[in-house]
Amino acid sequence: MTRSVRQPIRRSTAPWPLAVPAAVGVTFLLVPLAAMLLRTPWSSLPDVLRDPAVLDALRLSLVTATSSTAVAVVLGVPLAWVLARTHFRGLSLLRALVTLPLVLPPVVGGVALLLAFGRLGVVGRWLDEWFGFTLPFTTLGVVLAQCFVAMPFLVVTVEGAFRGLDRGFEEAASTLGASRLATFRRVTLPLIAPSLAAGTVLCWARALGEFGATITFAGNSPGITQTMPLAVYLAMESDPEAAIALSLVLLTVSVAVLALLRDRWLRPGSTL
Amino acid sequence: MKAKCLSLAAATALAALLAAGCSSSDSGTTDAGSTDSASRGSSGTQSASGGLSGTVTVFAAASLQESFTTFEEQFEQANPEVDVILNLGASSALATGITQGQPADVFASASQSTMDTVIAAGAAESATAFAKNTMQIAVPPANPAGITALSDLTRSGVKVALCQTQVPCGKAAATVFDNASLTVVPVSEESDVKAVLTKVRLGEVDAGIVYVTDVRAAGGEVTDIDIPADVNASTTYPITTLTESEHPAAARAFVEHVLSDEGAEVLASAGFSTP
Repeated sequence: MTRSVRQPIRRSTAPWPLAVPAAVGVTFLLVPLAAMLLRTPWSSLPDVLRDPAVLDALRLSLVTATSSTAVAVVLGVPLAWVLARTHFRGLSLLRALVTLPLVLPPVVGGVALLLAFGRLGVVGRWLDEWFGFTLPFTTLGVVLAQCFVAMPFLVVTVEGAFRGLDRGFEEAASTLGASRLATFRRVTLPLIAPSLAAGTVLCWARALGEFGATITFAGNSPGITQTMPLAVYLAMESDPEAAIALSLVLLTVSVAVLALLRDRWLRPGSTL
Repeated sequence: MKAKCLSLAAATALAALLAAGCSSSDSGTTDAGSTDSASRGSSGTQSASGGLSGTVTVFAAASLQESFTTFEEQFEQANPEVDVILNLGASSALATGITQGQPADVFASASQSTMDTVIAAGAAESATAFAKNTMQIAVPPANPAGITALSDLTRSGVKVALCQTQVPCGKAAATVFDNASLTVVPVSEESDVKAVLTKVRLGEVDAGIVYVTDVRAAGGEVTDIDIPADVNASTTYPITTLTESEHPAAARAFVEHVLSDEGAEVLASAGFSTP
């Protein structure tokens, strides 16, 4: 909790070996987005956005991304705490495995999910046999795919917060007789709230953009598994204008998320 | 020091990216002599010039995967200086790519209508039909849903995968159901025919409507159930060179190879019929 009062040195100009690549980098990142705005069919945009199929995809995307984020919070926060606060053999291996989906190509995640929860999968076979219940091609399958890909974002963010926490408050709470669970609920969680919020938003954004694992595992069925990214990809095959309009919707959502993060939680010094 | 290295690396990476973005700038000119034509296949309808070189990018419908992979091998063997690059996918997606300016030399589509969009956009002048394909029901070898006829696909609880309707194989499936006056609600509308076949292979669905050639290509991994000829749909495959081609001579030679007798043999053994 010590605050450093040293101000970083700020100069107005950067040396050219840094400025030039930086400028190229910025240009490279911004040109595609600018191109999309330039090519957006503004006149037909309202029609596209009123199309029931598009509204279906958008609704499904929002519902599934929110559901998978909720699951990720419920499972991910305790997992992050275990990774940050406990010590046992193989912990670092466990951490590596948990964060693997961060670097795993999503389509590979989709294949893995299919082999686990597909109708002939290691687990899915029994689900089908005992309950007559299959996950692929269902909205639940979409949530599963998104959760698999997005949960590690939340875990990593929250684990960092747990590690960076000043333990004094928790120790004080337990000295005053609070149980470990009460301490966690009343002291630890409020302290990491900003990071939890940031991790949640990151996780939600990642879930919203999920494509590879979803199309591989959950397939594409309008209203049931066709989320916005799938709709964009498939619209590209027949109606590029509609695809651009849909992309614009997703871009708007992304910008909104970013703005929310910057203003509310991403203050310099917050643990992210 | 470290920063300098980093920025250098970044700049290099970016330069590479930009270079990749530009159209391939390999030695496109036919260099004289040197290549005495290597051992040829049996038919002589090949490009008679032994001096072809450069890359030929072929955009081909997903259902052509097996036969065009063979064409690639045959063509590269006959023209060692040529590198054939196959880009396989849904015809409509490929057509969109071409009209949006993706660099390609040859386009082989699974339907005349997708080819027409490319011609209408001015990316090609005309196309030649080279093969025909009909639809078949593919089921996993165990046939868990006990499918025996087209009408079984309408039963509730039967999981069916189809191509999405924008794709030629999806259009053909819709035509089949129309002809038979059946309503089938698929659990998934896949982006191309190979994706449908994969779902059947994995046993994730009980049935899929794919091309005859796909069932044959899958060997024993799926079982075929015939669709009665009076309700079946067929699709014709046109092929063309593209006007923006960087290597028109090599592209023309590749198309000629597909249209040759040797090409017809390859297509017939894959299960295609003649248009």
